[in-house]
Amino acid sequence: MIGLVAVLAIVTMATGCGEKKTEPVERTELILATTTSTQDSGLLDEWVPMFEENNPYSVKVIAVGSGQAMEMGRNGECDVMLVHSPSEEEKMVAEGYAIDRNAVMHNNFIVLGPASDPAGVKSATSAEEAFKKIAASQQPFISRGDDSGTHTRELKVWKEAGIEPQGTWYVETGKGMADTLRVASERKAYTLTDDATYLNLKEDLELEVLFEGDKILYNNYHVMDVNPEKYPDVDYEGAQAFNDFCISPEAQEFLLTFGEDRFGRPLFIPDALPE
Amino acid sequence: MGEIWQGFVEALRLIVTFNPYVMKIALFTLYVCAIATFFGMLMGIPLGSVLALYRFRGRKFLVTLVNAGMGLPPVVVGLFVYLFLKRRGPLGFLGWLYTPKAIVIAEIVLAMPLIAGITMAALQNENPKIRLQARSLGAGEAGSILTLLRETRISLIAAVIAGFGGIISEVGAAMMVGGNLMLNGEPYTRTLTTATVQEVGMGNSELAIALGIILLGITFLLVWVLTSIQQGSLLSEPVRVAKSLFSRFRKEAA
Repeated sequence: MIGLVAVLAIVTMATGCGEKKTEPVERTELILATTTSTQDSGLLDEWVPMFEENNPYSVKVIAVGSGQAMEMGRNGECDVMLVHSPSEEEKMVAEGYAIDRNAVMHNNFIVLGPASDPAGVKSATSAEEAFKKIAASQQPFISRGDDSGTHTRELKVWKEAGIEPQGTWYVETGKGMADTLRVASERKAYTLTDDATYLNLKEDLELEVLFEGDKILYNNYHVMDVNPEKYPDVDYEGAQAFNDFCISPEAQEFLLTFGEDRFGRPLFIPDALPE
Repeated sequence: MGEIWQGFVEALRLIVTFNPYVMKIALFTLYVCAIATFFGMLMGIPLGSVLALYRFRGRKFLVTLVNAGMGLPPVVVGLFVYLFLKRRGPLGFLGWLYTPKAIVIAEIVLAMPLIAGITMAALQNENPKIRLQARSLGAGEAGSILTLLRETRISLIAAVIAGFGGIISEVGAAMMVGGNLMLNGEPYTRTLTTATVQEVGMGNSELAIALGIILLGITFLLVWVLTSIQQGSLLSEPVRVAKSLFSRFRKEAA
């Protein structure tokens, strides 16, 4: 019986899986901490091979919330970060944990809700007003509740509106955007999301876009390197290489059409196109 | 319901066309689970045997640990293994985080107490006279224990099935210490469970359901094999047929 299990282990080992393929180029491992929304958009599935074609690195993409990604950076557990939580990013740079912060791309946060729109969000003229209406009507609102970029922005809007969201109508999932959207769809509730994730899941959801376009809802993505002065053992060279790639003409121009074939419009708008 | 059927059809399609992505992920899942179960058995069966058959100071404490270990939440195990293996952690110099090794370690931690605990319970249930009889027939200490283990084969295989089933189905630890990574365009630490979570997050319900069905199928097949060994019918049928063919051949030759 031990024999059977051992045979199974040896056979699968012999088929070579779990081993890296021998490559003519020697590659260093680079840890990229990024957000689930970036990962789930599929952008990195395209960008990483493009980057690896001309750079001798093997990128390990760790997709967690922005908060956790930046926490990893603060602890030197990654080499480079691609996140979308500008206020937290600025803090990290000011405290010396991150350097070489560059704007990469952006899209927008949007307010979703049931088609019936009981809170009257559609008629709001600003994001704060939309949130005020939701709070006033006590209609259910589903929050990420996980320190992600989306969550941080949501809290910022509540703050601008002068509201502290609490009560049975305010629900925190602690989960990623896709799961949170599903909860909102099931509960016919309002929520804040990035438009890329929404486009990806639109068919499965019973939610409509009820508010968008306010400047406070810009969703900006930045790339940052972990400061080697804090952690000398991070791969700063590799981080710089990936950083340079994100703002390179090749990567930026790729964004102009990424997502068009699936959604009729690109998922991200490049912020570093060459003039 | 239609979605599940579509997922089933997609699963069949992926299997029949030997879809490389799915094949690699499935083989990798089996690889880490087989290794972890193997080491879980290597450590768990002796540990369970010692706890069942010997009395010593601190035994009760150890037994409680093993029994509690059977209910260890995979996500907590993943968290602790992560804390040990991360760069700033005590074992960070090994560089094992976000590699298959980390997943194997977490799974060994999960499987070993299960196998040890069930082995221990099974052996404690056996008639201690079996060991005495083996000794009287000339077996040494280890030999008598092996004899006892052979007698409890059925429970031991149940222990292995429990250990294996627990780790092939877990997702929290694999996600945390493995990272669900692709490396150089190939699945690297992606298991069937973490891939399913990913596809759900990306909105690819059909693929997610297909992966889930494939995982269930693989688990069922492997457990079928183990059950057949356990209940004694895997090899007995072919052996019986072979024997009868052989004896008939000999009769005709005579």
